[in-house]
Amino acid sequence: MVELVIFSLLNGLVTGLLLFMLSSGLTLIFSMMGVLNFAHASFYMLGAYFAYTISTYVGFWPGLIVAPLLVGLAGALVERYGLRHVHRHGHVAELIFTFGLAFLIEEIVQFFWGKATKDYSAPELLQFPLFTLYGQNFPAYKAFMILISVGIFIGLFTVLSRTRVGLIIQAAITHPHTVSNLGHNVPLVFMGVFGVGSALAGLAGVIAGPALGTFPGMAFVLGSIVFVVIVVGGLGSLPGAFVASLLIGWLQTFAIALDWSVSDLLDILGISFDSEHVLRDLWTLSLPQVAPILPYILLVLILIFRPRGLMGKRET
Amino acid sequence: MTVTRRAAFAATLGFALAVSAGAQAADPIKIAFIDPLSGPFATTGESGLRSFEFAAETLVNQKGGVLDGRMFEIVPLDNQISPKESLIQLKRAISDGINYVVQGNSSGVANALTDAIEKHNKRNPDQRVLFLNYSAVDPALTNEKCNFWHFRFDANADIKMDALTDAIAENQDIKKVYIIGQDYSFGKAVADAAVKMLGEKRPDIEIVGNELHPIGKVKDFTPYATKIKASGAQAVITGNWGADMVGLGKAIIEAGVDAPIYTYYGAHDGITATFGELGEGIIRSVREGSLNPPTPEFKALNDGFKAKYPDNDINQPRIFNTVAMLAMAIEKAGTTDPVKVAYALEGMEYDTIMGGKVWMRPSDHQAIQDVHISVHTNKDIVVDADNSGYGLKDEKTVTMAGKDSPTSCEMERPDA
Repeated sequence: MVELVIFSLLNGLVTGLLLFMLSSGLTLIFSMMGVLNFAHASFYMLGAYFAYTISTYVGFWPGLIVAPLLVGLAGALVERYGLRHVHRHGHVAELIFTFGLAFLIEEIVQFFWGKATKDYSAPELLQFPLFTLYGQNFPAYKAFMILISVGIFIGLFTVLSRTRVGLIIQAAITHPHTVSNLGHNVPLVFMGVFGVGSALAGLAGVIAGPALGTFPGMAFVLGSIVFVVIVVGGLGSLPGAFVASLLIGWLQTFAIALDWSVSDLLDILGISFDSEHVLRDLWTLSLPQVAPILPYILLVLILIFRPRGLMGKRET
Repeated sequence: MTVTRRAAFAATLGFALAVSAGAQAADPIKIAFIDPLSGPFATTGESGLRSFEFAAETLVNQKGGVLDGRMFEIVPLDNQISPKESLIQLKRAISDGINYVVQGNSSGVANALTDAIEKHNKRNPDQRVLFLNYSAVDPALTNEKCNFWHFRFDANADIKMDALTDAIAENQDIKKVYIIGQDYSFGKAVADAAVKMLGEKRPDIEIVGNELHPIGKVKDFTPYATKIKASGAQAVITGNWGADMVGLGKAIIEAGVDAPIYTYYGAHDGITATFGELGEGIIRSVREGSLNPPTPEFKALNDGFKAKYPDNDINQPRIFNTVAMLAMAIEKAGTTDPVKVAYALEGMEYDTIMGGKVWMRPSDHQAIQDVHISVHTNKDIVVDADNSGYGLKDEKTVTMAGKDSPTSCEMERPDA
């Protein structure tokens, strides 16, 4: 049991921090531009595929730097030449634009790299178990993922709260017109934020690709959960996204690890049903079975009871 | 309006008659290939199509065809892996006068096709169709849903599980087994068969976990791997395929679980390359057709295939058996009449290119053949997968697996 708890804590931390890298960019983009970017997870996938291709020529490490820059550039171009034009037609048009973009990127990835899983793997340097506890390994690469994500969190937080650029971004989130009237180039700020947000998603893809697999469905499996994170955390709030990411990371790992079922709970309460009861499927429902829907239940509860999220400053 | 339609009909009929009158000796024998050629499963479909085309070319056409010079022609028809679309494509094939249909991906599609073909053959005794199933492994197809027109060239899921559990039962060190799979009909069927057969063969083995996960939606398998490790499992059984197979396998190995992972689909199509060094000696697949060590004939065949399609592998050896046995049956029957060809196929024995025999069991039209448990390794690999240097090496072979397995099939046989 101790073994399960310790490793679930670690696994949840890795998943949570990865979610944070994705949601930090998404929450900034949404709060600033009002765009719910459905293609955000697609930039994550692009990051993994770019890094894979780079790694086949020059190894993992250059890819770690170059791939996110390329994805960031792609993101900035999408904002400058796509989203900015669509913006005039309102939020619905933007929504549909990013929705279409997500499909487009998936098709492009399949066109160039094919449908099979790519053998993008962790660098030799990190292919060893960092420590072994109760006979179970904790790979060094997972520790590296934690390190990178924490670094990004600290870096982002410092930039936003301690620098001039951060001040302008924060101001543009709430009062874009005032910032524009003060002589700042708000469209440029938007483009920059979209580019940096995409680059962060790309970086998440680069480090997640070797651990979670590089295949055309990778954006899809992560896409919807990222929206849950930003709503639960509170739109526009980086600390909120951080807390929500970890919360959902642990929620999912512990739900899978713990084989509790409804009947166990009823046993404790001293209630029992016979096996022929009409609702017996409900009583035998176990936690691992409902694990995939738990984040969405949390989403619904948050929207009902605390619509601005855990740390958000305005209504969703 | 009626007049023009009738005229058009008459014209078509006249044309059709003219065509069929000309359809004599040198005409190719068309084989409809109904499988996904677009959408998410297109890779699998395309890989099958390449094998069929290559098999028809090398095993039949280059040897002068059958019945004094008639060639095999594979007609690809895209079903997008949907049963509905498959029936439309079947109608198209029938209206083109095709008598032979091959299909493999998804037992759902196979079930729809076998029903439709049985009905069609009952109503149209003049133009009957044979269904050569090269991959759909649902046991029902050769049991309660069997019919005279359906032939299966792959070992069905129960035969494979029988061989797999034999391998586990032989290893006395294995006391704890963990079963994990995708949450849908096939994943459940694998789990049920594993529990049943292990219970019969080794009642002392404890099933320490029997779990289903959502199909295609799990982003990280590490939590499952943690559980498997904590359970003390000494062997893992999974029916996972595609990205779910790669994710699960990698997570289990990285967690330090030192136990063999028995799979149905743990190789080829990028999976072997992704496992690479990590899966060495751990990943095992249950399959027909021996890849390593290869027979000289298979080595030569594979070299030819690789020269033509460097990025693909021969990963479904049964396709070559299907084509070769159909050609043999047509020769033996001396005609392309489906009923006579079907009778020629029944009970046919064929020495495969990969070594070993295939026997088409008459009672249920299930091909009985050697089933291998192969291990993922880079040692003694001549025919590798995904050009990775890694491949599947036979570890255990069950000769003529499931030869005496029971079947509930009671088929109606037409007059020859």
